[in-house]
Amino acid sequence: MSLRSAGGPATGDTAGRTVDQRQAPRKRKNFLGRQPLGLLFSAPYVIFVLGVLAYPLGYAVYISFHQFFFTAPGVQVDRPFVGLDNYITVLSDPEVQRSFANIGVFLVINVPLTVGLSLVLANALNRVTRLKTFFRVSYYVPYVTASVAVVGVWLFLFQQNGLVNAILGPLAPNPSWLTNSWLAMPTVALYVTWKQLGFFILLYLAALQNIPDELYESASMDGGNKWIQFWNITVPGVRSASVLVTLLATITGANLFTEPYLLTGGGGPDGASTSPVFLMYQKGILQGNPDVAAALGVVLVIGVLLIALIQKRLVGGKED
Amino acid sequence: MKHGKFGSRVLSLTAIAVIGAGLAACGGGASSNTASGASSATTAKGPIKIWYSNNEFEVKWGKDMVASWNAAHPDQPIDAQEIPAGKTSEEVIGAAITAGNAPCLVFNTAPVAVPQFQKQGGLVPLDSFPDGAQYIKDRTGDLANQYKSSDGKMYQLPWKSNPVVLFYNKDLFAKAGLDPANPKLGTQQEFLDTARTLVKSGATQTAIWPSPTSDFYQPWFDFYPFYAASTQGTQLLKDGKSTFDSDQGKQVATMFQTLYKENLASKEAYKGDSFADGKSAMALAGPWAIDAYKGKVNWGTVPVPGTQAQTDGSTFSDAKNIAMYSACKNQGTAWEVMKFATSKEQDGKLLSGTGQMPMRKDLTTAYPDYFNQNPAYKTFADQAARTVEVPNVSNSVQIWQTFRDAWSKSVIFGNQSIDDAFKGASDKINQLAAQK
Repeated sequence: MSLRSAGGPATGDTAGRTVDQRQAPRKRKNFLGRQPLGLLFSAPYVIFVLGVLAYPLGYAVYISFHQFFFTAPGVQVDRPFVGLDNYITVLSDPEVQRSFANIGVFLVINVPLTVGLSLVLANALNRVTRLKTFFRVSYYVPYVTASVAVVGVWLFLFQQNGLVNAILGPLAPNPSWLTNSWLAMPTVALYVTWKQLGFFILLYLAALQNIPDELYESASMDGGNKWIQFWNITVPGVRSASVLVTLLATITGANLFTEPYLLTGGGGPDGASTSPVFLMYQKGILQGNPDVAAALGVVLVIGVLLIALIQKRLVGGKED
Repeated sequence: MKHGKFGSRVLSLTAIAVIGAGLAACGGGASSNTASGASSATTAKGPIKIWYSNNEFEVKWGKDMVASWNAAHPDQPIDAQEIPAGKTSEEVIGAAITAGNAPCLVFNTAPVAVPQFQKQGGLVPLDSFPDGAQYIKDRTGDLANQYKSSDGKMYQLPWKSNPVVLFYNKDLFAKAGLDPANPKLGTQQEFLDTARTLVKSGATQTAIWPSPTSDFYQPWFDFYPFYAASTQGTQLLKDGKSTFDSDQGKQVATMFQTLYKENLASKEAYKGDSFADGKSAMALAGPWAIDAYKGKVNWGTVPVPGTQAQTDGSTFSDAKNIAMYSACKNQGTAWEVMKFATSKEQDGKLLSGTGQMPMRKDLTTAYPDYFNQNPAYKTFADQAARTVEVPNVSNSVQIWQTFRDAWSKSVIFGNQSIDDAFKGASDKINQLAAQK
């Protein structure tokens, strides 16, 4: 209630002008939002997102619809609009089709393993009372270590004459892990799961702090064992974290590049671990065809968004 | 709630505006280089920037060369640095061309990348200098013709080659009961038999360990040297058509397929240098490897075996050249530096400092003292006159990647017959070579 209205009804032109004068600042206030200072604080990140994500994405979409290659400044070349030609080239390329199948295999192994293992290990770590920091650091170290260094360790483990085959003896696969068309991608998926586990465990550990101890105490008094507590309290309690872990694991997995590049010698054997991003690098950077690479990137973005949407519906349930 | 929706709209509109502005900027082209502008640039003198390889021996040579030039030309100083780190030098140079901050000269330009750099408008044709074409011809002779681009111009100055030969480990050969002084490596059949003997004797688990990775350049260190040796120096493409889908090409492929099938070669990549580490008995490498193997391996060399025994076989050059980049403002100075760095004196210093072969037609006679004192390098100097370069055609990298993929599928991993793989690759490569 305003003071003027409390003072009684206004009449004539005077009243009309007063209302207009009062609406003008409110409009400005609406335009800038309830907390104009918030815009200032959020501006750096908004500018970052626009400059580093939105603009390149828009540029990539533009490139994908044109015959395009990078030129020196001042060099004028025709960049004709080619419609869907680049997309047709990409989608009809057997290598690209195979790379999407490979990444499908990767995600089917990596995402459930990541979600399951990180939840179980986070739950276990949450209950550990001694050496808690040691265990947390141990899981986190692979995540922060450069892939180039860690890949060397996995090569030592999984190569033909590596430790794993030495332990397996006659049970060792032939061809060996990294040169076996059936095992190369699952090995890469296992590697990535192990390497990123520490990060996802931290996400779950944070989520676990939000579950009240009283729920576990009540369940315990009602005779619920550890498994029942885990399934009925922990899993629903960290659902929002599960959605996040699933989405992040899917997005990072779909962008797989370093591991096929280093671990399996450039998507080997014979393309069995090639990923779409690796092909983007080959076509866009090495071969000088950024138009085809951009089309591949756009297809990948759309594919990941669709998968993420489905996952959010499935894992997120009715949660907002 | 309303505020949230309104804020989202504002942000969305801003994003669209920014993207739209970006797209508009993309659509517009900058003014093109004019002929008169290009002409004045070729005579301009002043400070220039150059990049050289990060190989320690080349860095030392580069620093000495720059110091010599700067001492004599204080008004046209060279600012030199190693090529910035990247996955490959070519990626870094390609990005620099696009950004417009490429140096005047790069003393390590890979011939395979030249067509792409040329297409980007990033290179200066050296023929645009009055004495350009003649200088190259006088220094390198007919070998320089391999470096001519499809438009008939020279965008690179042939600088140094690393002719690929077959290194072998004398100790492992002796251990296998083979004669290390006269190894039976004269033909491809002898090479295969020797590889079998080495592994069966238990002297080594791997006779030769060429990298099995999918990189487009790997054929230069397995297929191409053998193919050159089998065909008296035929390039992968001739007159725009692929040549490898032939009896000689398939014979080389079959030999390597046998090596992989019989586990004489490994299908796994080796992290490091398998030959230097004593893990393989043979390796294909150039003269740069002499220093790398010093004190590690008791090595010998033979020319790459051909189908028949021969004394004048060809091999892959593994050359690196000097190119001038269009971002260079003082191209007159850059050209003078090119000539200075490839003078007889500087070539001699490069040879003695790095062991790599300057691409001079008079190589063996120009530096007799060096070759008398370093007889190990004589083989390479002799071989340098019979080298084959990668074809200078459009889509060069894509062509080699296509070949490599077919090689991986058929030869290394045996998922397709060599006939089918080579036929498919040949057809695709012919199409790629025909594109502008």
